[in-house]
Amino acid sequence: MGAGRLGMATERHGRAADASASSAGEPAPGGPGGRRRELLRRRASSASEPPVGASAEGVRRSRPGSYSGAPSVSRQRVESLRKKRQLFPWFGLDIGGTLVKLVYFEPKDITAEEEEEEVESLKSIRKYLTSNVAYGSTGIRDVHLELKDLTLCGRKGNLHFIRFPTHDMPAFIQMGRDKNFSSLHTVFCATGGGAYKFEQDFLTIGDLQLCKLDELDCLVKGILYIDSVGFNGRSQCYYFENPADAEKCQKLPFDLKNPYPLLLVNIGSGVSILAVYSKDNYKRVTGTSLGGGTFFGLCCLLTGCTTFEEALEMASRGDSTKVDKLVRDIYGGDYERFGLPGWAVASSFGNMMSKEKREAVSKEDLARAMLITITNNIGSIARMCALNENINQVVFVGNFLRINTIAMRLLAYALDYWSKGQLKALFSEHEGYFGAVGALLELLKIP
Amino acid sequence: MAERGASGSGSSGDSLDKSITLPPDEIFRNLENAKRFAIDIGGSLTKLAYYSTVQHKVARVRSFDYSGKDAEQDHEPPYEISVQEEVTARLHFVKFENTYIEACLDFIKDHLVNTETKVIQATGGGAYKFKDLIEEKLRLRVDKEDVMTCLIKGCNFVLKNIPHEAFVYQKDSDPEFKFQTNHPNIFPYLLVNIGSGVSIVKVETEDRFEWIGGSSIGGGTFWGLGALLTKTKKFDELLHLASKGQHANVDMLVQDVYGGAHQTLGLSGNLIASSFGKSATADREFSKEDMAKSLLHMISNDIGQLACLYAKLHCLDRVYFGGFFIRGHPVTMRTITYSINFFSKGEVQALFLRHEGYLGAIGAFLKGAEQDNPNQYSWGENYAGSSGLMSSSPELCPTQRARSGTFDLLEMDRLERPLVNLPLLLDPSSYVPDTVDLTDDALARKYWLTCFEEALDGVVKRAVASQPGSVDAAERAEKFRQKYWSKLQTLRHQPFAYGTLTVRSLLDTREHCLNEFNFPDPYSKVKQKENGVALKCFPRVIRCLDALGWEERQLALVKGLLAGNVFDWGAKAVSDVLESDPQFGFEEAKMKLQERPWLVDSYSKWLQRLKGPPHKCALIFADNSGIDVILGVFPFVRELLSRGTEVILACNSGPALNDVTYCESLIVAERIAAMDPVVHRLDKGLAVLVRERGADLVVIEGMGRAVHTNYYAALRCESLKLAVIKNSWLAERLGGRLFSVIFKYEVPAE
Repeated sequence: MGAGRLGMATERHGRAADASASSAGEPAPGGPGGRRRELLRRRASSASEPPVGASAEGVRRSRPGSYSGAPSVSRQRVESLRKKRQLFPWFGLDIGGTLVKLVYFEPKDITAEEEEEEVESLKSIRKYLTSNVAYGSTGIRDVHLELKDLTLCGRKGNLHFIRFPTHDMPAFIQMGRDKNFSSLHTVFCATGGGAYKFEQDFLTIGDLQLCKLDELDCLVKGILYIDSVGFNGRSQCYYFENPADAEKCQKLPFDLKNPYPLLLVNIGSGVSILAVYSKDNYKRVTGTSLGGGTFFGLCCLLTGCTTFEEALEMASRGDSTKVDKLVRDIYGGDYERFGLPGWAVASSFGNMMSKEKREAVSKEDLARAMLITITNNIGSIARMCALNENINQVVFVGNFLRINTIAMRLLAYALDYWSKGQLKALFSEHEGYFGAVGALLELLKIP
Repeated sequence: MAERGASGSGSSGDSLDKSITLPPDEIFRNLENAKRFAIDIGGSLTKLAYYSTVQHKVARVRSFDYSGKDAEQDHEPPYEISVQEEVTARLHFVKFENTYIEACLDFIKDHLVNTETKVIQATGGGAYKFKDLIEEKLRLRVDKEDVMTCLIKGCNFVLKNIPHEAFVYQKDSDPEFKFQTNHPNIFPYLLVNIGSGVSIVKVETEDRFEWIGGSSIGGGTFWGLGALLTKTKKFDELLHLASKGQHANVDMLVQDVYGGAHQTLGLSGNLIASSFGKSATADREFSKEDMAKSLLHMISNDIGQLACLYAKLHCLDRVYFGGFFIRGHPVTMRTITYSINFFSKGEVQALFLRHEGYLGAIGAFLKGAEQDNPNQYSWGENYAGSSGLMSSSPELCPTQRARSGTFDLLEMDRLERPLVNLPLLLDPSSYVPDTVDLTDDALARKYWLTCFEEALDGVVKRAVASQPGSVDAAERAEKFRQKYWSKLQTLRHQPFAYGTLTVRSLLDTREHCLNEFNFPDPYSKVKQKENGVALKCFPRVIRCLDALGWEERQLALVKGLLAGNVFDWGAKAVSDVLESDPQFGFEEAKMKLQERPWLVDSYSKWLQRLKGPPHKCALIFADNSGIDVILGVFPFVRELLSRGTEVILACNSGPALNDVTYCESLIVAERIAAMDPVVHRLDKGLAVLVRERGADLVVIEGMGRAVHTNYYAALRCESLKLAVIKNSWLAERLGGRLFSVIFKYEVPAE
């Protein structure tokens, strides 16, 4: 993808002007063993953050959105404008119901001249993000997903993928304020419901104007783009062969050379299902509230677990057949009248109607059953949508699938089994980041 | 009803309660003649079905043998009435808690005398569990029948035989049940059975159905997961918790994700973005009620969504819901309906069934009775013997919680002949006979219920008088009074109990109750006397008419029809007159009539039509015995016949108030034919006859047939609807006064 077209209001860029000179120097965080900043922490208080330089006062002078005043424009920024390129830093933000996904493009082709002119705050952001893998107690950079040597708008660099819980959004905004983001006069492209929910906070606390983007537009854009650039030379898209067989199950690359039509199932806290017919033609088919948030929420209630990872770990050790009532539990075997195999779940949590069985199950069994229940249901709805829309390739994305091989294999198997081989379940390495990538592409006006 | 053991509701009782005293024959009625059994044992409720015969009295009329007698002798009735015993078929269905099963089986064994039955058809999840017990107690072999097959057979049966079986649930309406008129063609439809799991079945014909999908998230998930989350063990209690909870405390809503911006984006903020999305935290406690509510929403929405997806894929717009998750629970009917409306954008209709709980038992019974071919008959719900649909909402009806501890009954009578639509209806599928829906119209409901209550004494009196030789008539009449009174009280509180409440259904209920206590025709004596009197007047009336000029005669004939219709014992205003003034006659009735222009008056158009060519064949629905049919209808018939129009006179097959019955009409026609060579008779199935003869005029006479029902019915041919409004309340409602005249002549648009 080449340089994007520029369509941003010039005022915004213009206003970046004197900010470059006045931005505060934020000490770069130390290395892995160095001082870890409480960047993303629940109920982070500004007290725990090192105070921001006094210059912050001057920086927030003109806030984005109020286009008053005649800003003077620095040479460097004009240069950047002429090249029709968005100013650094390049972020894409997707604020979901549970997780915030942030993609950050780290330019690797910075010239010495550029380096010299680069404002301190920009530098500090880059250093902070790229030299850490964790931010605060909950922010995490998915290092394994990093896309290296990517060319975006004529710049070469690495794309980083970072996530943190949505409830830490106030701390993130606070950090933005502390790090003087507004001094960079950058445009913050954000999608997801949180782009709306936190818009005012960004403005009043962080002095940042969000450019809000439609989440489905971003999602579609993101997935198509990421698939096109691949995964550091490997395939982005993959599928499972023999998903039901622990021994023979294989994850294999899939070449999505004919992507359309495509059923896109995005499993976040809830689930959205889109039918994509071309780059610009897609529709939301339906959605369900039984998503990743349901799995995790119910697991918390049933098992007392506190993290998604913990829930999945428990599920991996559990046995759902103790919890669920299977067809064979009712009919002694297959229910031939309806062609139902004995192993099929007849009633999720159906065994839990009985007191004795309730007392006999472990937390792990419950977590497993919860995972199976939610996953099967999504598979079932996706399959029906695929049939109704007459689409036979289904791509499952979203953070519910992160480190969730059980769910992916189950989806792969269920789709294949119930469609008698007609439907193929596909997955994508960057699971939950497509919305954020889409937001970044919007920022850069990459079509 | 006798005492019955109290019991917790809803749970699967593993221990059998042997100490209860069973209600006696009030529940298992007609067991002595029962000959075929089926049983459906669910997780908590048992449904027993049996076929039995009921012996009851019917009034028969028979012509005297006139040979060698002077038929015109005064003071002699025109025919004799005899009360005969008749045996009719009846299907009994009884629903009770599983805890009573052993006691019930014992009761059945003790009372089962005449049966040659060797086998009992059994279905439901519990059939296996109780197999040995049933075989041991009843000494019948248990034949297991497939659950879904039974369910679908039962569903087809109720949809075909019970008018207003299906209803939609409207949460904020009063009442919340809106019944559907049965479509003549019930297929294809989708049946979504929500038991512990969900089965989605497409039903295409009587015998063809296909399991097209299902879901493991069903009633068992609600119950199982609910029990884990709330430590509440019983299904009903979970529903009760759910009805008190706030799901927004547990669910992540769109507004939680979007903040306040959802409004500007045109999103509904209350939509659930993620079920249980807020419970993903360790530092908050959630109330049982809120979690139960969230769970209910989650499961109902999911089922509704899948049902819509399947309906869309198979191009179906009617989805019937059943299974223990639904079973008359307003809470689940509400959430399922909401979900279906939401996901289908109103294109799919969520329908529920009044007798949903009996489907399996009915189906199992039908499986076992295949050689008797019960499907070739029409069956009608007996309102006297059936419990009716009760609202089980705890908020609506606090006494409800004890309901599942009671016995629920459904009885269906085999009808003499299958019911079909009149072939002359313009659009049979949209034909709604009843003019006013009393379930909807609270004012009219109140009026009519009071009206029927006030008329009850008179009916009781009439019933006793109709059987002068019977020693227990008074006692039976009193039982009738109590039964019908209690039905009226039930309908006051639950107008939806037997489907759409109408004046017609109130009349039917009264007939069923009268029959129940062996009063087949309380008005038989009155009708006999009036027919005798009217027959004597017939020649004079004809002479008078024949003396008139053509145009004068046409008006006199119509006035005669209307005046005759004044003689209606069913109308309180008239029965008061008739009781107090036995001399009140045809001429007096004419005086009572409203002068033209009538309230509805298309007489001029009718007269104009009569100047044209004669009709090919007229179908006349006659109303009352006596003066009405003999002095009103027959002269009119005679005029049509002399014009060269064939006439089919259609009368009730069974007695209803003083309506002329088919048997009586035959005798009357015979007697008139003897006096008047113009009249002949034909006796054949009505629908066949109407088609054969190419009827092109339908005359509907009387309030019951032309005002309470059929007033808006559109026909393919010309129609004449006439009645005298003998009820001041109704007259006022229609903008007229007592004895206003409806004369509605309609010609279908080309």
